[in-house]
Amino acid sequence: MKKEFPVIWFQGASCSGCAVSVLNSLSPTIKNVLLDELVPGKHINLLFMPTIMTASGSVALDVVVDAKISKKGEYILIIEGAIPESEFAEVGEKTMESFVEELAKNASAIISLGTCSAFGGIPKGVPNPTKSKSVEEFLKLKNIKKPVINIPGCPPHPDWFTGTVANLLLFGVPQLDELSRPKLFYGKLIHENCERRPYFDKGKFAKKFSDEGCMYELGCKGPYTHADCPIRSWNSGVNWCVQNGSPCIGCCEPEFPDLESMYKKTKWSNEK
Amino acid sequence: MTKIVIDPVTRIEGHLKIEAIVDGGIVKEANSSGTLFRGLEIILKNRDPRDASQITQRICGVCPICHATASALALDSAFGIADRITDNGRIIRNLILGSNFIQSHILHFYHLAALDFVKSPDIPPFIPRYEGDYRLDEKENTELTQHYLKALEIRRKAHEMLALFGGKMPHNVGIIAGGVTEKPTTDKITNFLWRLNELREFIDNVYIPDVIAVAKKYSDYFQIGKGCGNYLAYGVFDLEGNEKNYLSRKRLLRSGRTSTDLTYKTVDSSKITEDVKHSWYDDSQTHKHPLDCETIPKKDKKNGYSWIKSPRYEGGVYEVGPLARILINYISGDEPTKKLVDSVLSEFNARPDVLFSVLGRHAARAIESKLVADNMADWVLQLNPEEPVFVEYQMPEEAEGMGLTEAPRGALGHWLKIKNKKIENYQCVVPTTWNASPKDDKEQPGPIEQAIVGTKIKDEKNPFEIVRIVRSFDPCLACAVHLVDLRGTTIGKFKAT
Repeated sequence: MKKEFPVIWFQGASCSGCAVSVLNSLSPTIKNVLLDELVPGKHINLLFMPTIMTASGSVALDVVVDAKISKKGEYILIIEGAIPESEFAEVGEKTMESFVEELAKNASAIISLGTCSAFGGIPKGVPNPTKSKSVEEFLKLKNIKKPVINIPGCPPHPDWFTGTVANLLLFGVPQLDELSRPKLFYGKLIHENCERRPYFDKGKFAKKFSDEGCMYELGCKGPYTHADCPIRSWNSGVNWCVQNGSPCIGCCEPEFPDLESMYKKTKWSNEK
Repeated sequence: MTKIVIDPVTRIEGHLKIEAIVDGGIVKEANSSGTLFRGLEIILKNRDPRDASQITQRICGVCPICHATASALALDSAFGIADRITDNGRIIRNLILGSNFIQSHILHFYHLAALDFVKSPDIPPFIPRYEGDYRLDEKENTELTQHYLKALEIRRKAHEMLALFGGKMPHNVGIIAGGVTEKPTTDKITNFLWRLNELREFIDNVYIPDVIAVAKKYSDYFQIGKGCGNYLAYGVFDLEGNEKNYLSRKRLLRSGRTSTDLTYKTVDSSKITEDVKHSWYDDSQTHKHPLDCETIPKKDKKNGYSWIKSPRYEGGVYEVGPLARILINYISGDEPTKKLVDSVLSEFNARPDVLFSVLGRHAARAIESKLVADNMADWVLQLNPEEPVFVEYQMPEEAEGMGLTEAPRGALGHWLKIKNKKIENYQCVVPTTWNASPKDDKEQPGPIEQAIVGTKIKDEKNPFEIVRIVRSFDPCLACAVHLVDLRGTTIGKFKAT
C-alpha cells in the first residue's frame, strides 16, 4: 500500500526558473518524482503546480480550496519566489499575500525553493521596489510557525530539491544550518571543493575571461558561497559555472544579488 | 451575457488573468491582465553594467538566454565592440540560445499546450481539467502521453547541450559582454553534436508528426484565434559579426514586418511606442518611445486592468513570436523555411493564410525548432578551439546601448544608459508585452485579446477555446511585466491604496 504525500507548489514573485531546474532532475527523473514512488511505498501527489497542471482558473483553484480543508496539516507547501506586498501581486483575484498566508497556515511543512523564496533574492534586490520578503520573513510577520527548509540557489540544483524531499519522506526534516539550509548540500564553501583551487593556492589568477587560472580576480564569490556545485556539477554533470570559465556569482547566499558586482573582486572577511 | 474569468491561466510562465464577456455563445470582449509586478529594471539601476547579463536572465527562468543575449548585445554596443565579437563568441552565443529555443518550443508544445488537446491519465497533476472537447482516440492519447514523458527527457538534454557552453541552465554564465567565457574544446563539440542528433531525430520523427496529428483532429483551430494579423520580428541568430546595426545583420531568422497580405516591410525601432491608458501606470507618460518614457505605477487607476503596457508599432497592434518569424522568413524567400512551411501546408491541402491561427502558431514553432536544430549542426562544426572567444573592452564613463534579438516567444529589445560606469537606466521590451498587452490609447485590444474576441465558446464551464488560444501565444508573464523608468522616477512615489 503506497502512502500519498500531498504537495502544493505555489509560485510567488518568481521567474519559474526553480520549476524548470527541477524538471532537469536526472536520477530520479522528473517522471519518477511526479508519477512513480519517489522512495519505495511513498508517492508525491502534486495537487497544485501552475506551470504543469492541466487545470486552469477556478478548476485549478478549487484544488487549493479543497486541500486546505481535506488535507489540512498534511500537505507539504513548496514556495518558489519571494512574497511581494499585496498591491503588486494577485492570484485568483486575491492578493498573493493572503493566498500564501492561508496555504501556509494549513501546511505540514514548507520548502522555500530558490533564493527568492529562501532569502528574497532578485525581487528583494536593492531598492526592493515591491517590498518583497522571503518566506521566513513573511511567516514571522504573520506569526505562522511551521517547519521551513530553505533550498536556495538561483536556480537550485534539482538534486538539492529531490534529495531534500526524499529525506523528508524517509527520515523527516534533514539537518539544517543556521540559515535553515540542508547541511548535506550547503555544508561547504564552493572554494573548498573548487577544481580551480590549486590555481588559487599557487597564485595563478585569470586576468580576463577564457584565461586559465582561478576566477578570484574576475569576481568569484566561491570563497563565500555555500553549495556543492564543484563536486555535483550541473545539468546531468556536464558543467558548472567555474568550470565554464565564469566566476561563481554567489547565487545561493542571502546577499545575492547585492553583495558586490558579480564580476568585481570582493575582499572577503575570511581572507588573510 | 456572462463573464468568464480564468485566473490563474496555468501552463504558461507567470501570473496571467483572462476575462471574457460572452454573449450568445460568442466572445464580445476580452481582457488580458498581468497580475504580478517585480520591477526588475529598477533593481538594475546603479549596478555594474556587466551584471545586466545575470540579472536580466532572472526575468524569466524558461527563456533566460534571450535576455542574456539581448543584454550582451546591448552592452557590446555600449562598449563599442558590437562589430568585434569573434566568430567563436558569436557562434557559441548562437548555440546556447539555439539550445534554449528548442528546449522552450518542445516544453511549450508537450508540457504547456498539449494537455488542452490530449487526455492524459486520471492522476494529478493531469486532473482535474476542463472536460468535454478531447478528440484523440485512446491509442493517440496514450502515444501522446508517452511522448509527453519522452519530451521531458529530450528537453533536459537540450539544457545539457546548453550547459556544455553556458555552464549551467537555467541562468547560464557563458554569455557575457565581449563574447563568451570559455573556449570550445573538441570533446564539448562532439558531446554537443551527439545530443543535438538525438534532438533532431525527435523533432523530425516525433514533434513535427505530433503537431500534424493533433492538427488533423482539431483542424477547426486553423480558423480560430487569428488575432491582429500584423507580425513583427527583429530577427535572431547572427550569421555575421561585422555589421553594427543589429537589424541589418544577416540572421538565420530575419527581421521584418508583415500582415495577412504577406508583403514584406522593414522594422525601425524608433517607431515603437508604449501606451498605458489601461495599464496601472500614470497616464501622463503614455504613447512615448520606450527610451523617452517615464513610468509611474498607479494601481488605483479607473481604466487600468494590467501591469502590462501596450507596445505598438506606428500605432498598430503587432503579434510577435515564431509565427511572425516564420512568416517573415517565408515571404523573404528563405528556401529551407519555404520548403518546410509548404510541406506542412500540403498535409492539409491548405494555403498560407491558415497559419494565422492557433494551429499556425504551433506549426511555426515546430518548423522553427527544425530550422534552428539543423543549422546548429553546421554551426558547432564551425568552432575553432584555437581561436579566441572573448574581446576585451574599456568600461565607458557614459554610453548608451541597444540589443535587439528574439526570445522563443518573440521580439526582444534591451536598452540601457550608462553613467559613471553604472547603469543609469535599463529597459526591456519583451515579447509577451506585445502579445498580452491590454487595450491601447485608441482602445485597440492587444493581440491575445483580439484573438479571443469573436470566438464561439461551446461550453462556458469548460472554455477550451480561450485557453487554447492564449497558450498558442506561449505567454511569459514574468517577462511581460516590468517597469520602464528611464528618467529617475522613484518608486517611493507610489502609494498603495
